Amino acid sequence: MKAACYYGKEDVRVERVPDPQILNPRDAIVKITASAICGSDLHIYDGYIPTMEKGDVLGHEFMGEVVEVGSGNHQLKVGDRVVVPFTIACGNCYFCKQQLWSLCDNSNPNAWIAEKLYGYSASGLFGYSHMYGGYPGGQAEYARVPFADIGPLKVPDSLSDEQVLFLSDIFPTGYMAAENCQIKPGDTIAVWGCGPVGQFAIRSAYLLGAERVIAIDRFPERLDLAAAKGKAETLNYSEVDVPAALRDLTGGQGPDGCIDAVGLEAHGTTLDPWYDRAKTSMYLATDRPHALRQAISACRKGGIVSIPGVYGGWLDKFPLGAAFAKGLTLKMGQTHMHKYMPQLLQRIERGEIDPSYIITHRIGLDEVPDMYRTFRAKDDGCIKVVIKPGTQTAVTH
Amino acid sequence: MRSTARLHIDPATAHDTGNVERVVAVTTAAAAIAYGVSRRSVKGICLAAAATPLAYRGIRGTWPRLKDVLPSHGDTRTALGGSRGIHVRESIRLEMPLEEVYRFWRRLENLPRFLTHLDSVTDLGNGRSHWVAKGPGGLKGEWDAEIINEVENKVIGWRSLPGSEVVTAGSVAFSRVRNRQSTQLSVHLQYAPPGGRATAFLATLMGREPSQTIREDLRRLKQLLEAGEVPRAEPVPA
Repeated sequence: MKAACYYGKEDVRVERVPDPQILNPRDAIVKITASAICGSDLHIYDGYIPTMEKGDVLGHEFMGEVVEVGSGNHQLKVGDRVVVPFTIACGNCYFCKQQLWSLCDNSNPNAWIAEKLYGYSASGLFGYSHMYGGYPGGQAEYARVPFADIGPLKVPDSLSDEQVLFLSDIFPTGYMAAENCQIKPGDTIAVWGCGPVGQFAIRSAYLLGAERVIAIDRFPERLDLAAAKGKAETLNYSEVDVPAALRDLTGGQGPDGCIDAVGLEAHGTTLDPWYDRAKTSMYLATDRPHALRQAISACRKGGIVSIPGVYGGWLDKFPLGAAFAKGLTLKMGQTHMHKYMPQLLQRIERGEIDPSYIITHRIGLDEVPDMYRTFRAKDDGCIKVVIKPGTQTAVTH
Repeated sequence: MRSTARLHIDPATAHDTGNVERVVAVTTAAAAIAYGVSRRSVKGICLAAAATPLAYRGIRGTWPRLKDVLPSHGDTRTALGGSRGIHVRESIRLEMPLEEVYRFWRRLENLPRFLTHLDSVTDLGNGRSHWVAKGPGGLKGEWDAEIINEVENKVIGWRSLPGSEVVTAGSVAFSRVRNRQSTQLSVHLQYAPPGGRATAFLATLMGREPSQTIREDLRRLKQLLEAGEVPRAEPVPA
């Protein structure tokens, strides 16, 4: 089959690789009808994710049709149309039973690597390095799905691929980010980063009862989308002093919840992003946490900072003093996908949200390497790329 | 999970070599072994093998004596008592009824499904069993063992029969934890490997650490029992 493979920093190639096969009883093989490039794939593209190997199949947001099931899988049958969660979970361990699905004990074959780095290993992930299991990803024609009797969500034919595809990661991720803010009626939520996760965090904050949502970015098209579809008030950080503006907008109190939907490669206009850039370029630091610093500093006393953005290593100049002084709560981690997918599918079915509004680009597999470049540069108004492996060339732009 | 792989230099046997000499010996031998192994050639392996006695001298302070290198035929109590032999302790928790975990382990034939160094275990009846282990370079070690302690749903203890070519013993204790909802296994494995503790230490140098191996084995047990299968991302090489 054809697949988009990692070959090094800024080197993605579409290659012929062996078709996936059933390896375990609970497996299924899915013929992928729609897939996507995630902002977190850009961390791989930029060389920030350790334990990637040449030839690894990329991608963790995908859906498709079941074409084969393992002998122990009694939930799926050939022909089922499913969305696949990007986290892999067994369903039976302590963490799965606590609904902490992305922390599954039993789904990472390389748990020992993550244990060396983090003490304990989280769940396996599709297409996201060998530290997370080395599972081939979904920017491909087919994918093998482990524990497929518990993960994939069957979707009704009344909904299109584009309406349900983002249940695979970014909609639940934005939703959990908002839910982590424990929103009460009247709350103001600030969201750093108006990429896809930020967009869904904005919508989810309103769905969960926020009174106001303030969105922060520097790209006009992303801010426009946040305003038009998310009904957010927007701040362009290249034009305004964000902490001062947030103070002003909240009567000197600060937002009740702050969401960092940026992660480890933050940009900014103050001095600290340049300091981070210098240190990471010399391998003296692993992450550039400018957005997180600002979120901690801007958050109101006793507020919650929720972090859906990905971090990988040891943070420098992390303002724990400010977090302590203000009695903040920090909530973070990979999304507990299996918990959120069914309820969010219901919201889509009820018409509360149509997640396809963030799509800007639709491509075939062959264009994936070019599109990584476009997406990273945020050229051509690129916000979200959907890959349709069945098509040979671009559908529309 | 807690692990203790006990390996200390015995001061009583360290009399005939100075510390500096021992450090030099270990360093030189380690470099020669690392280089030899990295060559992945017959010459390289010969070099690594030739450097082994030097490493032994560096660690133990004496040149290896034949009786330390050859498999010990002794009783498990003399070979493994006190701080003798290799001791590995690991524990793991499972979301499974204790009785089920106990039953799985008590059926000794199941052990090779997660203890990767084992080829097979055959129950001979009357608490006796025959064990076959995979050794380095395709060599096999075989021995008979007997269960010496068994309290249903609490503990199983076993040891190799006197006169075995491999001297080993082990025990596993089962307890209810986390408000009695989960089951914890605590495993204690002991063995006197051929070549004594120095060989095991060299194995550690080369990245095959006993406690890491057992930790992975117990993880496999947990995966088998909780998830029903061992996760893998790639086909098993034929």
